[in-house]
Amino acid sequence: MKSILTLTVNGRRREDLVPDTMLLLDYLREQLGLTGTKQGCDGGECGACTVLVDDQPRLACSTLAVQMQGRRVETVEGLAKGGRITRLQQAFHEKLGTQCGFCTPGMIMAAEALLRRNPNPGREEIKAALAGNLCRCTGYVKIIESVEAAAG
Amino acid sequence: MNLLPDVRVHRPATLDEAVRLKAASEGARFLAGGTDLLVNLRRGLGEPAALIDLTGVADMGSIRRNGESLWIGAGVTLADLARHPDVMAAYPALVEAALAVAGPTHRAAATLGGNLCQDTRCVFYNQSQWWREANSFCLKKEGDKCQVVAKSDRCYATYHGDIAPVLMVLDAEALLVGPDGARRVKVCDLYRETGASHLTLAAGEVLAVIVLPPLPGWRAAYRKVRIRDAIDFPLAGVAAAMQRDGDVIAGFRMAITGTNSAPLAVDAAEVIGRRWDADAAAVVAQHLRKKSSVLRTTIVGPAYRRRVIQAMARKLVDDLWGEA
Repeated sequence: MKSILTLTVNGRRREDLVPDTMLLLDYLREQLGLTGTKQGCDGGECGACTVLVDDQPRLACSTLAVQMQGRRVETVEGLAKGGRITRLQQAFHEKLGTQCGFCTPGMIMAAEALLRRNPNPGREEIKAALAGNLCRCTGYVKIIESVEAAAG
Repeated sequence: MNLLPDVRVHRPATLDEAVRLKAASEGARFLAGGTDLLVNLRRGLGEPAALIDLTGVADMGSIRRNGESLWIGAGVTLADLARHPDVMAAYPALVEAALAVAGPTHRAAATLGGNLCQDTRCVFYNQSQWWREANSFCLKKEGDKCQVVAKSDRCYATYHGDIAPVLMVLDAEALLVGPDGARRVKVCDLYRETGASHLTLAAGEVLAVIVLPPLPGWRAAYRKVRIRDAIDFPLAGVAAAMQRDGDVIAGFRMAITGTNSAPLAVDAAEVIGRRWDADAAAVVAQHLRKKSSVLRTTIVGPAYRRRVIQAMARKLVDDLWGEA
């Protein structure tokens, strides 16, 4: 069973034939080759697959691609413009918010959603917004400092 | 690739169309945010004949006043529910419970109806196919024996939803729509206490709206305990609502989750007309002990969960009494 999916991915309008039960995660990674979005726990527990759907954070592993009909999807690949990474990405780089890097795309997309909603979040708001994202390297301190550095 | 069963996904635009599609396809399942159902399907838990995605049904996603009551569409996401001004003003306990569900990314997708109709959970059930197979499966899925209560003929998987107990103490009703029309039931009547089929909805019915009555003079609250505070299901949860009249309790309701196969009301009507003191607390504690049946369904042992629900319930009612 396949359906025609019309949506916007990273600012580009697309029309693709996708299997009805294909996950958004597989559509992005396998069909579009956007492997920045990571497959972690597979159960919605780790947040590594977080993407933005109409500016809201969304778990691509627990979403069907066909549910994105008419929606605006953004992945970590869509942030950099003209070869320049964003202030948030730069902050993760400078403040050592990244170690092994596997959780980073999910962390950045969850933080991006927060900063779009609230450009000046406090430390507690940052923690709450990243509550669904696991990191096994940094101990979170550097990640929170990165988001703080990008805010305001 | 993460293959789900290769079935048709219908995307109805109206509730009528959704009900028609359900009636036409035996074994079809309704899908909304997907945070419960899709995760389960990927573990081989369920073989739906088709999926009917309700996220495109426009009239399920609204919150509106209807006379004195508030009607909340079952398709409203928990994130939208928790920031709606009418909900925040009149039902802060519901906001508290919605914000206690999983993490922010789940709440942006998960819906009120999906949360209420979520599957029951068990440490022997929410596992991969190969894990369950190695353990000879269980009564809820493919096996003939409950791994929690070996001699039982019923499944003891536990209901872990956060919203249902709060709606129960708020005396909410659910509007169910099926091929034969609509009916209204109390939220507590949505459930029966058996882990393998805990929902009382008829095969073709969909939960469309939650109706909240006005509750002047009542205060309500919800507490839960979990392993990872940022994200987990409740190991045990308790909701209570109280109406205080001077030095006595004028109204009292309590409901629990994370303990039994259904969210359950704890009937402690004897405390009405009395002060909230150690004696009244002992009465509530006894009813709570009788009603709850905590078994080895989570990775945390039952002894802790039995103690913590009592402690949470006491603290919760102490606070409601003090604030009222």
